Amino acid sequence: MEPHYQHLYDILAHSQGYIFPNEIDLQWGILIVVYPFITGLVAGAFILASLERVFKVKILKPTYQIALLTALSFLLVATMPLISHLSQPQRAYEIMITPHSSSAMAIFGFVYLWYLMVVLLLEIWFDYRHSMVVWSNERTGIMKWVYKILTLGVSDISPRTLAWDRKLGYIITVVGIPSAFILHGYVGFIFGSIKANPWWSTPLMPIIFLFSAMVSGIALVLLVYMIISFFRKKSIELPVLDSIGKYLFFVLILDFTLEGLDQIQRIYEAEESFEIIKLLVSSKLYLTLFVSQGLIGTIIPLITLAFLQFYKHQIRLKKTMYFIIGIMVLIGVYSMRWNVVIGGQLFSKSFSGFTSFKVGLIGLDGTLMAAFWLILPIGILTFFLWLLPPWKMVKEEED
Amino acid sequence: MANEKITSRRKFLKTATVLAGATIGYTWLKSSRMLLYAAEPKDETLPWYGIVIDIQKCIGCGSCAKACKNENDVPKEPFFFRTWVEQYTIKNDGSVNIVSPNGGIDGFEQIIANEEIFKSFFVPKMCNHCYKSPCTQVCPVGATYESPEGVVLIDEKYCIGCRYCVQACPYGCRFIHPVKKVANKCTLCYHRLKKGLAPACMEVCPTGARMYGNLRDKNSDIVKYLKEHTTQVLRPHLNTGSKLYYNGLSSEVR
Amino acid sequence: MFLISIYVIFIHILMKFYIPPQIPRLAFAFGIFITLFLVLRHFLIPDTFGKYGHYRAASLIDNAKPELHYAGQLACFTCHQDIEEKKSQDVHSEIHCETCHGPGLKHVVSGKKEDIFKPSGREFCGKCHSFNAAKMKSAVFQIDLAKHNIGKNCIECHNPHQPWQMKK
Repeated sequence: MEPHYQHLYDILAHSQGYIFPNEIDLQWGILIVVYPFITGLVAGAFILASLERVFKVKILKPTYQIALLTALSFLLVATMPLISHLSQPQRAYEIMITPHSSSAMAIFGFVYLWYLMVVLLLEIWFDYRHSMVVWSNERTGIMKWVYKILTLGVSDISPRTLAWDRKLGYIITVVGIPSAFILHGYVGFIFGSIKANPWWSTPLMPIIFLFSAMVSGIALVLLVYMIISFFRKKSIELPVLDSIGKYLFFVLILDFTLEGLDQIQRIYEAEESFEIIKLLVSSKLYLTLFVSQGLIGTIIPLITLAFLQFYKHQIRLKKTMYFIIGIMVLIGVYSMRWNVVIGGQLFSKSFSGFTSFKVGLIGLDGTLMAAFWLILPIGILTFFLWLLPPWKMVKEEED
Repeated sequence: MANEKITSRRKFLKTATVLAGATIGYTWLKSSRMLLYAAEPKDETLPWYGIVIDIQKCIGCGSCAKACKNENDVPKEPFFFRTWVEQYTIKNDGSVNIVSPNGGIDGFEQIIANEEIFKSFFVPKMCNHCYKSPCTQVCPVGATYESPEGVVLIDEKYCIGCRYCVQACPYGCRFIHPVKKVANKCTLCYHRLKKGLAPACMEVCPTGARMYGNLRDKNSDIVKYLKEHTTQVLRPHLNTGSKLYYNGLSSEVR
Repeated sequence: MFLISIYVIFIHILMKFYIPPQIPRLAFAFGIFITLFLVLRHFLIPDTFGKYGHYRAASLIDNAKPELHYAGQLACFTCHQDIEEKKSQDVHSEIHCETCHGPGLKHVVSGKKEDIFKPSGREFCGKCHSFNAAKMKSAVFQIDLAKHNIGKNCIECHNPHQPWQMKK
């Protein structure tokens, strides 16, 4: 018997109640959990960077370029889990040439391209152009040409042109904020618009995705800032951490409130799918929802962050606490993606049974592949930090 | 004199822009109805297919599910079905038991004793060939569509295997073919319909529980049946435009 | 022509203002990219796409291509008129041949016995006729296979095409 079928017979043996015969295998696996997690990091990191630029939160200045480069590194990898998940990946280009306007998934190609090229790349370009021109003059050999190409040949660094760099960069950032909302919000809409699945179908889904994305992005920038400072042997500035922590705290409260509202409404209305969803949450999703997402990802970080905002002693322990909170929050947001994607497929559309999910290790759809797509951006980020080091940029006079 | 000319020019430009904008806006809005409805029957000369299943006539022999797999080269393993039969048993204590062993292909054995049974019946399931089909709505590339005859079909050469359609179908009709690695589902035996033959499942049903026909033809058997019987569709609140009408559908069925 | 003149006027108006050097360079880079994309798209998009809707119209032909396996009982009757007559006079009159005999097109084409299924055995008839609380008595005649002539094959006594004509 083909190994694929053996896997299905195993699942059949573990299914409970009645499931429609075609529902035996989960259609969207761990890669589809990873994808919204990655775009969420991108959107969240970008929003944090925009806070500095648009709302002039000066204290976050050291994190501005780091946030942008982090967003770019993850965005470059974002398509890969999707493509490696398709059963006909060589046809993936079709989404660009014949996008079906009624399908939320179809806008992916264009939203992605828009965000990558018009928002992220342009904003980084405007910010780094001056430094890249200077570096292309200072360096020799191949790096000289690399930087020259990156400047697109615009080597004018007169004050007037530099002022335009800042102006245009500002405009792009302002445009970028709704673009980031769409980049990740549409993923929430992909799930929220499926009327066939009551665990997914809610108007709140894009908003919940967006807020948990901001939470994850902020936490990621917090961690990246701490790790980079550690490797560069620079001191981690506590005011920066406190500021990031403040934003993390408030966005986490908002996120918790929204997700709580969704569940409370669902429990109150108790429409036809409620019985099976109650079973889903209390048995299949108990660990990943209550423990991983709720306790580790939300409650403990919230209490700790509140404590850190008001208690002003013991610096060393504070930094460690922030680090641990960052990791816990990321685990929580990843669990949220898991609960939505996997949870929504564990119960049958007959509302009378459950199937089971075993993540394979190898194969295009397995854990190793998912881990690869999550780790690759870190490698890319390291490359970018070498190519475009924020701490070696030309210092500009503030307006 | 000059001022009047400028004002009248401005007025003209304003009106012209408003009219142009309104025309563009209207045409855009009209085309955006696509968001809600997947297709409208355009060609009046073609049939507009509908299906009727009479639950009171189904005896759970499984001939339909077996014939479908034979006709359409669907793998015989119990995980892929274009059509299947379910058995509902409502016990005296009110609990509902649903089974579909191998989709009903090998028939059904009665496991629950007669004394415990309040009522029991078979429910054949298949693609509902919705005319506001959610699976068509969500396909990102246009690989699934409603044919001009109202049959929802899949373009196997174009499907990218994203599985969005499988998620969107409220009836569980779609699956990914294990060999072809694209979406697959009941096609109402389109290749048979085009030759004037009945779909395989309808050809072999011994009691005539499955019927199909042209909903546009006022004299067709199916339209007469719909007129004389009280029928329901599954998940009416989801507004899928299902064209599969059940006679004798009990409230427990999902 | 109209669009080009609008474009020219637009550029002339723009020339009146100061344009920072970044903009034309970026516009050029994006212009190249978009043009490349549109050219690629023109060559990649399938020919019949969009004819009837947002799909490849040639797929309708593809979906009509698969091979038939079931012939329909009229095809059976072209050779087996005697069975047609017998069947029409008894309770199995409404049942099509291929319900029991399986896909018959191969046999219609070749005429060989091996190319069609000849059912036999109590379980086969029992799929329809065994007792089950879900079967309505009005839909099918049911019998208790555990009690009725155990061990015998149904067709030893019942002619499958004329079930009430008992064989002697």
